[in-house]
Amino acid sequence: MTRLPITKTPKVYVGGVFIRSESARVFPLKDAEGNFFGNIPQCTRKDLRNAVEAAAKAGPGWAKRTAYNRAQILYRLGEMIEARAGELTEALLLGGGAKSAAAREVVASVDRLIYYAGWADKYEQVLGNVNPVAAPYFNFTVTEPMGIIGVIAPEAAPLLGLISLVAPAITSGNTVVALASTTQPYPAILLGEMLATSDLPGGVVNLLTGFRKEMIPTFATHTHLRALVGVVNADERKTLALGAADSVKRTQFFKAESPPDWFAGPAQSLEAIRATLEFKTTWHPIGA
Amino acid sequence: MLARSPQAAFRRLFDEVGSVDHVGIEERVAKYGTRSIKKASKLWGLKTAVSMVDLTTLEGKDTPGKVASLCQKALRPHDDPSIPSTAAVCVYPSMVRHARRVLGSDTAVRIASVATAFPSGQAPLKTRLAEVRAAVADGADEIDMVINRGAFLAGEFAAVQDEIAAVLEACGDATLKVILEVSELETYDAIRAASFLAMRVIREGDFIKTSTGKTSLNATLGNNQVMLEAIRDHYLDTGIAIAMKPAGGIRTAKQALTFLIAVKETLGDAWLNNTRYRFGASSVLNDLVRQIEKEKTGAYQAPYYFSEAAESY
Repeated sequence: MTRLPITKTPKVYVGGVFIRSESARVFPLKDAEGNFFGNIPQCTRKDLRNAVEAAAKAGPGWAKRTAYNRAQILYRLGEMIEARAGELTEALLLGGGAKSAAAREVVASVDRLIYYAGWADKYEQVLGNVNPVAAPYFNFTVTEPMGIIGVIAPEAAPLLGLISLVAPAITSGNTVVALASTTQPYPAILLGEMLATSDLPGGVVNLLTGFRKEMIPTFATHTHLRALVGVVNADERKTLALGAADSVKRTQFFKAESPPDWFAGPAQSLEAIRATLEFKTTWHPIGA
Repeated sequence: MLARSPQAAFRRLFDEVGSVDHVGIEERVAKYGTRSIKKASKLWGLKTAVSMVDLTTLEGKDTPGKVASLCQKALRPHDDPSIPSTAAVCVYPSMVRHARRVLGSDTAVRIASVATAFPSGQAPLKTRLAEVRAAVADGADEIDMVINRGAFLAGEFAAVQDEIAAVLEACGDATLKVILEVSELETYDAIRAASFLAMRVIREGDFIKTSTGKTSLNATLGNNQVMLEAIRDHYLDTGIAIAMKPAGGIRTAKQALTFLIAVKETLGDAWLNNTRYRFGASSVLNDLVRQIEKEKTGAYQAPYYFSEAAESY
C-alpha cells in the first residue's frame, strides 16, 4: 500500500507557540542538491513587534526564577538537543558540507548550553562584589538582566552561532528575540521545537526567520530592545548603530566579514554573560 | 387579556422593537477587524480615539491624589502637544470635587461620575437619586447610571423606565449615560430591548453604555454592534440621536480602531466625535499614545516611555 507523504510545515517559535508570519509570506528553502525542501516563514517587522511583546511578557517571570532553576532549564535544553542530534545534523546538512562537520556543530551546541547552564548560579559570585568604602556602609554591586535582547545570528554556523549568542543572554534572566540565518533557517526552526520541550517558559526565546534586509532596520529602532548582539556586515552595522544610538541601546557586533570561530575557546565566556547585564550598586548602613 | 409572565412581557417587547440575528451580528463584527487602516487615516483614528476616552478610575483604593494625577493625564496624555486631551475623567461621586479642583471650571475635560449605587444598583431609589444630586452638586458634568437589571429580567419594564426618568430628572443639565450591564442581560435580543427602553426615556445627546467594567464580560464588538444598530433604528424612527459608550475590556489601540470602524460603518461620520461616542477605559490611552508615537517616529515604542505603564520590564 502506498502512503501519502506527510510533509512538515516549518513554523517559527514565538511566545511559546509555533506561528507562521503574520504577513502569510514564505520563502522556499532548497537542500544542498538544489531540491525544494520547504517553505520558511518570511517574518516581518510586525512579527518582530509581536515577538518583543511576547518577550516583554515573559521577562519578569524568567528573571525572577532562581539562578539554580535557570541552570536546570538550560541543561534540559541541552538534553533535548542531544536526543534529537541526528535530526539537527540532517538540518545542518541542508546547507552542504560534510556530515562530520555538521555532527561536530551539534555536539558543540549542546556543550555550549551545558557550559552556560553551569555559569547560571555562579556568574553573580564573580561579577558582583562587596566594594570597600571609607564609611560605615556595606557597598554592594549586583547584576541585573537588561531586559529584551535582540540577537542577529550568523549566516554560517546557523546553529552553534545562534546558540552561542542566545545562551549567555538568557542565562542571566534576559529574554531574547533572535533572527535566524536567512540562508540556513531550518536548524533554528528545529531548535524552536526543542525550546518548547525544555521547560523554558514561552516567550523567553523567540526565533524569527526571514530576510535580514527587512528585519534589521526594525531591530535597530525598536526602543523596547535593550541591547543588540549580532554577526553583521558593514552596512548592517551602520544601520544598527544609528538606530541603537537613537533608542539608546547597547550593541555588541561581530564582523560578518571575519566571523569568530564558534568552536574556539573564546566563543564561550563569562564576558558574553556580562555583555547583557546591568550593574547596580547599593549602599546599606552597617548595623550596630 | 395580556399574559403576565416575564416571558410574555419579553415576547411583546421583542415583537415591538425587533429581535437580533445573533449569527449575523457575529459575522458582521468579525469583518471589522479586516479593514486596513494606514498612515493618515490611522493617525486620525488614533487621535480621535484619544479624544473619545473617558479616562476611568473606579477602585476602592482611589484617593484624591490618584484622581489628581488622572486629571493631569486626561488634560495632557503625553508631552506631544498635538495629542488631544481626553473627553472626560470618570470617577466615583466622592472624588468629583477633587477632580473639579484639579481641572477647574474652564476646561475641555468633562467630569463623569458613576452614581446610582454603581456597579450593582442595589440601593433604594431614594439613596440612588440623592447620590446623583450630590455628584451633580459637586460639579459632575455627566452621570453614569446603572439600570435595574433585576426589574428588567423580571419583565417590569415600566419600573426600569420610571427609574431612568427619575435619575434623568435628578441630573438636571448633566449628560446621562445609562449602563445596561450587558453581561447580565444574557442575550443580544435583551440588549437591544434594554437599549430601546433606555433610549425612549433619555434626551438627545445622552448615552447608552455597555457595562460597568466590574463583571466578567465587558464591551465586545458584538454587543457594541447590537447597541449601535438600536441607536440607528431609534434615530431613523424618531430623529433623536443617542450617543454610545462601550466600557471595559478595550485595552489596545487596534481594538479601539476596530470599534471606530463599527461606528463609521453603522452610524456614519456624525457619530465619530466625542459628543456621540466614548470609550470607557484607562489602559487603552497609553497604547493609543504609543501607537501615535510609532506612526510619527517610525520606531516601535517601549511601554515604559509613557506615564503609568502597566508593564515595568
